[in-house]
Amino acid sequence: MSSPATRVDERAVWAALAEVTDPEIPVVSVVDLGMVRSVEVDGERLRVELLPTFVGCPALELIRGAVAARLAGMAPEVQVEMTFAEPWTSERITADGRRKLREVGFAPPEKGSEPAFGRRPGDSARQLRRAACPWCGSRDTALENPFGPTRCRAIFWCNRCRQPFEQFKAI
Amino acid sequence: MTTQAAERLDERARQALADLLLAMADDEFVLGFWDSEWTGIAPVLEEDVAFASLAQDEIGHAQALYGLLADLQGGDPDRIAFGRRPEQYRHARLLDHPRTDWAFSVARRFLYDTADATRLDALVASAYQPLAGLVAKMRREETYHLLHMHAWMERLANGGDEPRSRLLEALQRLWPDAGCVLAGIDDAPLVAAGVLAEPLADLQRRWRDGLAPVFQRLALPSPTAAPPAGGCRGPERSDDFLWLWEQFTMVYRSDPEASW
Repeated sequence: MSSPATRVDERAVWAALAEVTDPEIPVVSVVDLGMVRSVEVDGERLRVELLPTFVGCPALELIRGAVAARLAGMAPEVQVEMTFAEPWTSERITADGRRKLREVGFAPPEKGSEPAFGRRPGDSARQLRRAACPWCGSRDTALENPFGPTRCRAIFWCNRCRQPFEQFKAI
Repeated sequence: MTTQAAERLDERARQALADLLLAMADDEFVLGFWDSEWTGIAPVLEEDVAFASLAQDEIGHAQALYGLLADLQGGDPDRIAFGRRPEQYRHARLLDHPRTDWAFSVARRFLYDTADATRLDALVASAYQPLAGLVAKMRREETYHLLHMHAWMERLANGGDEPRSRLLEALQRLWPDAGCVLAGIDDAPLVAAGVLAEPLADLQRRWRDGLAPVFQRLALPSPTAAPPAGGCRGPERSDDFLWLWEQFTMVYRSDPEASW
């Protein structure tokens, strides 16, 4: 079993992970989204930890299964786990991921624009910062609804295009 | 990891932790089902979308918390969620009320979200690491809920006679039960073990102190109700909850052994 041929190539694992896309926004991969927390190779065992983007995201099991299926055969033993050991935040989305989101009409979350966390009952939704329109680039936009068609999306309105657009939520 | 973290707790603290996980999970689960009642009939389309999202978040949080409980005590998370009799649920009495009208749902959510935020703050540095990790993630999502509910509280409080009077009426009915979110758990062993940062009575005070300026600014009567007495987390339940239980367990009860 432990012939040199079974040695796992970590770079090949990352390349394979970059092919597993988000089932809800298929232009971005789990790597683009920063969902991969760790890739560990221990002898014949390959272990990958993923960070859920949202606790209640219905696509999580689908994503875990797709990653496991893509990595199957790359090592004699492949383990893919979701973990809450650290929170996924939208800061983890890569520059490539942000570009790809913009290209298909999603405003990427702007760094540092997450709402303040914790006990702040005096805050209001108006404090969420504005997003740049992914079509015309205008910053003359307004938040329509902090909740969109999936867990990770908010709905904005562009005053210049006079049409709505979606933002990948800052969280 | 879960096992290691649990091994450091004595028997009483472990039981209290199990009670806390079940109470939190049931709170989120039951609230999620009440929220989902608005799907299709909310006052505006945006709120159909928002409440469906809120419901999905809460039920997702419940699923993760039932998972932690199953890791701690064994058992199947789905069976814990759906396989109990109504009197075995441990959600706070605040969540026994039906959805009622929009002002009532907004007021209940605002009271719940602010109390829950206080509870999550006291758990984010928990010595029980599996819970601390999940809470750090939940808190980010709950912040969106808080912001949204606060915006609606402002809108209703400043929205003229009818919205304001409905909001006042809802708050009056809900106040006696609101503090139950931060009650009904054997907290002393949890504080001693570093699982919970402060006793629940202190969290109650912190929560009420935090709400006072918000209510003052919206010219709403300040929270007066004393911390609730017993019966905060069952076993007596309202007919409304019994109805909801019938609804959300209907599919599970039709074939408990089915695989999904």
